[in-house]
Amino acid sequence: MTNGKVKGVIANLVTVGVDGPVAQNEIAYITVGGATKLMAEVIKVGGSNVYVQVFESTRGLKVGDPVEFTGHMLEVTLGPGLLSRNYDGLQNDLDKLHGVFLQRGEYNFPLDKDKVWHFVPMAKVGDKVQAASWLGEVDENHQPHKIMVPFVFQGEYTIKSIASEGDYRIEDTMAVLTDAEGKEHVVTMVQKWPVKRAITAYASKPRPFKLLETGVRTIDTANPICEGGTGFIPGPFGTGKTVLQHAISKQAEADIVIIAACGERANEVVETFTEFPELEDPHTGRKLMERTIIIANTSNMPVASREASVYTSMTIAEYYRSMGLKVLLMADSTSRWAQALREMSNRMEELPGQDAFPMDLSAIIGSFYARAGYVYLNNGSTGSVTFLGTVSPAGGNLKEPVTESTKKVARCFYALEQARADHKRYPAVNPIDSYSKYIEYPEFAEYISNLIDDQWLDKVNEMKSILQRGKEIQEQINILGDDGVPVDYHEAFWKSEVIDFVILQQDAFDKIDAVCPLDRQQYMLNLVMDICAHDYSFSVFTDVAEYFKRVINLCKQMNYSLFHSPEFDDYEAKLHALLNEKQVK
Amino acid sequence: MNFAFQKIYTQITAITKATCSLKAEGVGNEELALVNGRLAQVVKIMGNDITLQVFQGTEGIPTNAEVVFLGKSPSLKVSDQLAGRFFNAYGDPIDGGPAIEGKEIEIGGPSVNPVRRKQPSELIATGIAGIDLNNTLVSGQKIPFFADPDQPYNQVMANVALRADVDKIILGGMGLTNDDYLYFKNVFANAGVLDRIVSFVNTTENPAVERLLIPDMALAAAEYFAVEKHQKVLVLLTDMTLYADALAIVSNRMDQIPSKDSMPGSLYSDLAKIYEKAVQFPEEAGGGSITIIAVTTLSGGDITHAIPDNTGYITEGQLYLRRDAEIGKVIVDPFRSLSRLKQLVAGKKTREDHPQVMNAAIRLYADAANAKTKLENGFDLTDYDNRCLDFAREYSHDILAIDVNINTTEMLDIAWCLFAKYFKPEEVNIKQALVDKYWK
Repeated sequence: MTNGKVKGVIANLVTVGVDGPVAQNEIAYITVGGATKLMAEVIKVGGSNVYVQVFESTRGLKVGDPVEFTGHMLEVTLGPGLLSRNYDGLQNDLDKLHGVFLQRGEYNFPLDKDKVWHFVPMAKVGDKVQAASWLGEVDENHQPHKIMVPFVFQGEYTIKSIASEGDYRIEDTMAVLTDAEGKEHVVTMVQKWPVKRAITAYASKPRPFKLLETGVRTIDTANPICEGGTGFIPGPFGTGKTVLQHAISKQAEADIVIIAACGERANEVVETFTEFPELEDPHTGRKLMERTIIIANTSNMPVASREASVYTSMTIAEYYRSMGLKVLLMADSTSRWAQALREMSNRMEELPGQDAFPMDLSAIIGSFYARAGYVYLNNGSTGSVTFLGTVSPAGGNLKEPVTESTKKVARCFYALEQARADHKRYPAVNPIDSYSKYIEYPEFAEYISNLIDDQWLDKVNEMKSILQRGKEIQEQINILGDDGVPVDYHEAFWKSEVIDFVILQQDAFDKIDAVCPLDRQQYMLNLVMDICAHDYSFSVFTDVAEYFKRVINLCKQMNYSLFHSPEFDDYEAKLHALLNEKQVK
Repeated sequence: MNFAFQKIYTQITAITKATCSLKAEGVGNEELALVNGRLAQVVKIMGNDITLQVFQGTEGIPTNAEVVFLGKSPSLKVSDQLAGRFFNAYGDPIDGGPAIEGKEIEIGGPSVNPVRRKQPSELIATGIAGIDLNNTLVSGQKIPFFADPDQPYNQVMANVALRADVDKIILGGMGLTNDDYLYFKNVFANAGVLDRIVSFVNTTENPAVERLLIPDMALAAAEYFAVEKHQKVLVLLTDMTLYADALAIVSNRMDQIPSKDSMPGSLYSDLAKIYEKAVQFPEEAGGGSITIIAVTTLSGGDITHAIPDNTGYITEGQLYLRRDAEIGKVIVDPFRSLSRLKQLVAGKKTREDHPQVMNAAIRLYADAANAKTKLENGFDLTDYDNRCLDFAREYSHDILAIDVNINTTEMLDIAWCLFAKYFKPEEVNIKQALVDKYWK
């Protein structure tokens, strides 16, 4: 292996003189103070000088300190036992680290080597296999965790031997494979993969078409996201970005949820650590944490590992997708990742692009989002990685490089709006500016008409038109005054308010309203669209507001009640009585 | 100071306003040095070329200045003796008292392992409704006041400090005017709470770059009390805008490419390192906590500037002060202010109706603001508009004004009275069960 010596230090960018070959993105360890080894990654090579970014504080580092290169890129360790763990950006198990404070240079093995797993073989001797072929299965927190042919294996292999059903540890030999030249390869339950390369061991990647139910009305009803889809949530601070993201990760209909806390607040991660082990998965009744992996690289943790953390999470997501599972990956926030890139680019004195971000920012974001997707595996099963990223636009201005680059690649856009947040209209997703490109996909239209009914998309579009009309009228009323417009303008405006209050707004902190299953969304949308479809008789505009406020109040009480409970039915009966008072037959 | 046993360098090769360079060997990154007696820190090493950032500035430094490396990073001596004392940015006493004896710790130390944190869950009551009712503070939280330079933020902070139920208050003053420094000193002394307070102060009379040490000093002291003494510590940092300005000065002198608003590209990480020291430790680690209330002054109320913008993404909410012209008093602005952790205590550590009453009152206050706009544009007001306006005036006067000092339950009761006085239950939009129980 190549060795080197430190020649210079600027913050976490270290110049190293080397005695042999090194590869771009190779991992190196620098020994500081004679004992502590700091992990670093090669980011630039110039002559005999190699520039590495250190994943830790470089305090005390001196010229002449020894550097060892490892010969491989930054890798994650994949195998059973990843679920319900809390990792840092470099996949160190945070729970295994000693002490209250993070000590630099302390790294650990991310899995449990002693834990025994019950293996059931799925392939037999003589089978032809390739990278990602399923050899067998272990039960990991009730998820069928497939033991696969390592992704790094190229070409076709024949199974020479395979372990019989029984209990094994992750480093036991599970199979021996013979390659085309007759060479034998041992396969265990563990494999490694470099995080910056996508795992592409699947047959094909069609356009996403299956609805991913989140229980959030403004998403599922108005702008749905698909399994394997991509979306992003930009929002100025204080607009409820995190609350919305947490709601989705708790409720979404996914097998595995991976949360990448990338450069965000530690207390928010702690909220996840505290709540998820307590919360029940609405789909299975088990604890949410059982199907969750948290990659925490909070804002005060080293910048360089922040960049690594998003790749670490994506690689783990792709690993579970290869098992035929539905994975939801949430990254909060991709802007912090971009800022980490900017800090390094700045230290390397590269010529800056817009807002001092590196020139290739757009390409980096694009190729990252491209790793998500719905796939057909080689054995015909399907799996998906749905990716939802948040963006924290500087000053709430969406015309900045990170938001613009993301907009080019993400298919769903949930525009959080300051004005809505100020008026406590949560979730503060602007229904008119937001979009889901999937709604326009014919394959999605076909899927949703089978799932709900063939009127559904028409109703959703009608709802959006009413909202648009309501917004226009509100602007006119602001200019002309309440009595400057006809009474039926007020009626149209208040119909849009009914949609806003009953469908779009949702109380994430109310036990019942927080999760709205699809059948309930369908019921409420039908109810509200029926209210909007009628004409009402009003003589003066002041009656309109007063009347519809009562309508909204009853609908909201319905939202707060258990679906089809006596309480719910009671409010609904009251609502119909109220509607009969004014509806024109 | 006698460093006779150490090597003295006398060949300075380059000098800028904030840095100087020389050739030296065996020097560690971030190590401290003395340049003609002035404290400096290693910021760049390239072979045997060492660049030092001189905190006091380089005015009058000659090319043959004596440079001695101290073999350590910036540090602070900590012990119980810190209580009641005033220090400068280097941790040296400025109140005429004796030097502190105690354990020497490096400042700007490592961060807390996120899995070793506890979710904040203890309310910090201040008696100010704009905070307790609408934006409840929680121990382990970090929250700034976004204030215009002419607003009384230091007075409000001093008030919060005196009323808050905590064991230690650590003041980190960056670029305080001498008047404000004396104001804090007097307020704390008069309230008889000096023994609970530790202050690290850099006034406008001191060099700007020295400020960079203040937050780390204050937080090192805070960590000592929270970790070793298991205390509930409140850290006040004023004014973080001046801290960020000092960062920009240094990065500019080091020829770094500036990003937005001439700030260094690492501003977010630099600020996060400070604010993320706010923490609630679990019982196993003694149960201490560090809560940070900071001030970020705005220029012309612009929150899109890089400093407030980056701050807003790090802190758990922000508080705005506003003068309510209707009642002629300063209030904590109910629209723009936000405490992100309030739901951890609101309705849990306070009465069950707290979250809904808070939202309903703010919604009605917003309706009043709309009515006011209508009025100003010359439109007729509806009966509802008029009721909102009356409600808003009383709400502002009886609850929001910062000179009102009542507990949360009283605030809720007053709010229910005002709801009943001006509205019908269906106009208030609160869950029926709560209306049945509390409607006055």
